[in-house]
Amino acid sequence: MDDVQAMHIANGIINGPVSAIFIAIAMAGLAVCVWRAKLDLDDRLAPMAGLVAAFIFAVQMLNFQVLPGVSGHLLGGTLAVILVGPWVGALCVSTVLIVQALVFADGGLTALGLNITNMALIGTAAAYLLVALLLRVLPRSSRGLGATALIASVIGVVVAAMGFVAEFALGGTADLSITAVAATMAGTHTLIGIGEGLIAATTVVTVAKVRPDLVYALRAFRAPIRAKAAVA
Amino acid sequence: MEPLYLARESRVHRLSPEVKIAAVLLFTIVVVVTPREDLTAFAGYTLLIALVAGLARVPAGWLLKRATIELPFVLLAVVLPFTGHGERVDWLGLSLSVDGLYGAWNIFAKGTLGVLASLLLAATTSMRDLILGLDRLRCPTVITQIMTFMLRYIDVLIDDARRMRIARLSRGYDPRFLWQVKAFAVGVGALFLRSYERGERVYLAMLSRGYSGRMPSGSGSKAPAAEWVVSSALPVAAAGIAVAAAVLA
Amino acid sequence: MTAALKITGLTFAYPDGREALHGVDLTLAPGERVALLGPNGAGKTTLVLHLNGILHGGAGRVEISGLPVTPGDRKAITEIRRRVGVVFQDPDDQLFMPTVAEDVAFGPANLGVRGDELDHRVTEALTAVGMLEHRDQIPHHLSFGQRRRVAVATVLAMRPEILVLDEPSSNLDPASRRELAEIIMSLPVTVLMVTHDLPYALELCPRSVILDAGRIVADAPTGELLADGDRMAAHRLELPFGFDPSAIHRR
Ligand SMILES: Nc1ncnc2c1ncn2[C@@H]1O[C@H](COP(=O)(O)OP(=O)(O)OP(=O)(O)O)[C@@H](O)[C@H]1O
Ligand SMILES: [Mg+2]
Repeated sequence: MDDVQAMHIANGIINGPVSAIFIAIAMAGLAVCVWRAKLDLDDRLAPMAGLVAAFIFAVQMLNFQVLPGVSGHLLGGTLAVILVGPWVGALCVSTVLIVQALVFADGGLTALGLNITNMALIGTAAAYLLVALLLRVLPRSSRGLGATALIASVIGVVVAAMGFVAEFALGGTADLSITAVAATMAGTHTLIGIGEGLIAATTVVTVAKVRPDLVYALRAFRAPIRAKAAVA
Repeated sequence: MEPLYLARESRVHRLSPEVKIAAVLLFTIVVVVTPREDLTAFAGYTLLIALVAGLARVPAGWLLKRATIELPFVLLAVVLPFTGHGERVDWLGLSLSVDGLYGAWNIFAKGTLGVLASLLLAATTSMRDLILGLDRLRCPTVITQIMTFMLRYIDVLIDDARRMRIARLSRGYDPRFLWQVKAFAVGVGALFLRSYERGERVYLAMLSRGYSGRMPSGSGSKAPAAEWVVSSALPVAAAGIAVAAAVLA
Repeated sequence: MTAALKITGLTFAYPDGREALHGVDLTLAPGERVALLGPNGAGKTTLVLHLNGILHGGAGRVEISGLPVTPGDRKAITEIRRRVGVVFQDPDDQLFMPTVAEDVAFGPANLGVRGDELDHRVTEALTAVGMLEHRDQIPHHLSFGQRRRVAVATVLAMRPEILVLDEPSSNLDPASRRELAEIIMSLPVTVLMVTHDLPYALELCPRSVILDAGRIVADAPTGELLADGDRMAAHRLELPFGFDPSAIHRR
């Protein structure tokens, strides 16, 4: 079966120096995420982020058929930031990428910085900024929430793809016209993003119906009062 | 989840995880920085991989089958000889760009060698040991702890998802194609709730056993110096090949 | 003699306002085995989570062998969590480490036990539940009954004074259920066992209490309680089909 989803950058697509720069960028970004995620979850961070990362990983493994012979799966970055917030979300997506590279040989080791930067950092950052904006301007209904998740997912996926385009412009090893690469990436990833967004929207709305208190973005941008459990 | 680990008895399996991770990482770096024209160097790297695979008793068929994970990028490489600029050669009536051919070769060779090296690492090192290795290479403990919980619970979650799907199917709900998106997403939402609530219960179970924010540190002793020397053979040989190829060229 | 467990006037409401405990009083003597019965939603799990200070904030007091549970005091709470071993309902929640041995070592390691002593504790606890040969296995590869037994071992390794089990017999096949009963009865600790499995309560615990709507509504010898049909029905407790309460009374 064909997989329509974006894949992880392999070794050798982007040259050594640029890969190295992005490893540094990813490490700096991750350090910030760890610091802020600890503020969010304190000593619950390891188990909670571990379960959320397991969730993202499991969801990426669940294939569904888009058309006969073509299957897709969720990437889950935008879903993660809406549900657990930008810092824990980015941290979880990064952990998934590291595990995929190391345990499943999916994605080049030297390209890990590139993949983390694109999928876990800039894609999720763009998505979350949009979420923050849209939840304030759109109606405070589950439709508004669904629309937010849909739009943020499309943009998140496209921005992650543009990250690749930028990296390719900086250190691509192949002689391709950058506008052609950008156009192809933008086109395919808009389609991927729409599929991603439809699922993310339905998922977020489902969760918000049952446990609105669990949806980070709703806590942050919609609910004025924040209940704190008496757990120590 | 089907991990790549192949439980075998071999010298490579017995090496400590941290030395293997370091060796594979350095090897991959050497491969990536090798100029694409140094064809002999890439032949040498392939030989090294074959040698390690033999030592590790990892079958060639197994490696090649799993290396197809990298296939999408090979497809990307295929267009390069047609779209490339500059000097062209004729081959079977096709006019191909020399630069494009090199570009395609570059992506194919480096991508494949990288995947093969990663596969060898994953085949000879259990998930548990990979995390221990990262830990000993000073990867921040938050990350290795999150990985530990993640790997522990993936299968539990996949079982949860499977049970929920079966429940859905047994109530006669089996839409196809795009129509299933809704059912699928509802399932994903339910899976998130289960994951999150399980996370909370796990945390309570940890607290109940005296957890106060610090996980016990990884067990076992660090790799002896001899292992570092043995495993460095891979990147050192690769670097030697790279230098030799550059000098010859 | 100080009571192993003394709860007085305990109340608790969840943050969403749901009141789960309405003044619970309960005392357990050292070495006693007591069943905590009650319908779904009665507050049993909520009560259990108070015994080691995980939940707190309402009125009342909990003491473990004379030591009060004071949530703010980190040192005291560590000691409380050593004394009270809680085995949760789903063993997958409790077995969160990569291997059985590491999981059993988690508790004692948090208490500062290290090295050979830690190894010894792990061996001892796994031996007690008959799971020693599985020490290096991944929890996911064990059967449900085996996981439940390891969950008990994770707590035993902390050498608790009170063992609290939340529905220990749920999802066990008859043989595993019996094996677990034998393990529990062989342990020299005070036991508080939450269960919906009334024959199991009868087999293991001479005394039972019923919690309903956040209150203790009955406290009597298990055989007597199970034979009291009206009281049982009033609290939605039912014996399995064909189980004769008068026969059990004589045991
Ligand atoms: N985290 C929570 N937030 C709000 N209410 C809760 C929470 N956990 C439990 N409750 C409520 O508190 C009451 C007591 O729940 P508890 O889990 O203690 O019951 P239980 O006796 O253990 O039930 P069961 O036999 O089903 O396990 C129930 O009404 C339940 O809905
Ligand atoms: Mg309960």
